[in-house]
Amino acid sequence: MDLRPEFISLVLACAAVTALPRVLPLVLLARVTLPDWLRVWLGYVPLAVLSALLAMEVLMVGGRPALAGNPALPAILPALAVAAYTRSLIATVAAGLGAYWLLL
Amino acid sequence: MSAPSAPAAHFAPGLAAGARAGLPVVLGYLGIGFAAGVIERAAGLSNAEVLFVSLVLYAGSAQFILVSLVSLASPASAIVLTVFFVNLRHLLLSAALAPHLRGLPAWQNALLGLQLTDETFVIAAARFARGDVPAAARASWMAGLNLAAWSTWALANLAGALFSAQLAAAPGATRVLGYALPCMFAGLLVLQLAAHPRLRTGLAVCAFSAGLGVAVQAFWPGPWAVISATLAGASLGLALERAAA
Repeated sequence: MDLRPEFISLVLACAAVTALPRVLPLVLLARVTLPDWLRVWLGYVPLAVLSALLAMEVLMVGGRPALAGNPALPAILPALAVAAYTRSLIATVAAGLGAYWLLL
Repeated sequence: MSAPSAPAAHFAPGLAAGARAGLPVVLGYLGIGFAAGVIERAAGLSNAEVLFVSLVLYAGSAQFILVSLVSLASPASAIVLTVFFVNLRHLLLSAALAPHLRGLPAWQNALLGLQLTDETFVIAAARFARGDVPAAARASWMAGLNLAAWSTWALANLAGALFSAQLAAAPGATRVLGYALPCMFAGLLVLQLAAHPRLRTGLAVCAFSAGLGVAVQAFWPGPWAVISATLAGASLGLALERAAA
């Protein structure tokens, strides 16, 4: 159980550059009225960011697109189906983990 | 949206409601955090360092990248720069939450933003957009969500670190637990789509961002894939909505 000083300073520096984009828009933009188009645009951000993150997780292996021999891809299908049917995150994760475990 | 009238009266119930709303994310963080702890130990971090990084950095993908770069003995400046770009997407998430968290003191906005993650953002954005959380309770609700997710993440990381020796004998188990991350993304995506007023435009944005993200990542690996896919996808959504109006 030790904390290396150089590791602490590295993590603190990483935390500082992580905090800026997390904090600044929320502090600054909550003080102004955003134009309509920007609010519509921001409304699509969650869909866009989640789709990109999900696709990169299940369609790529080792930085390359992989459709065959990639259990992450078929295992996400039951997860998506359970999500659409139950709207439950817990059931979705359970279905996905189960399918992945069977396919692995 | 008005300024909170009597924040104190809303504080405890708001906190509890936010923590309850975070329960699905919290359960997912148990699996992902546990896997992260195992991987961080395997990369040479001590138990104390695992707890420290999960409490202070509190960012799943950035933690994975940090430990892999540390184990490769990359220079600190390169590590900090990589983590900055990986987490730059939070700029967009934080901006998207801002209209829902107006009328708060700046320090409250700052504290709430400090613990923003992909998952807590989606939960909060969906609940706020549906009008589930009264304006006066939003700060305490978001604090409850944040604290539930943050504490679970740190405890799961620590548990993974403590049990990493046992898990080393079964590497498949860590891999299965890590798969909770794409499952969470899938579940959150479906929830977002179901809550979106324009399903077909939403589906188009999803397909476009997914394809673009993979394409950019394949040709130009790095943090720009998610950021460019998000910028282009949201712009497509705006353009399609404008064209239909």
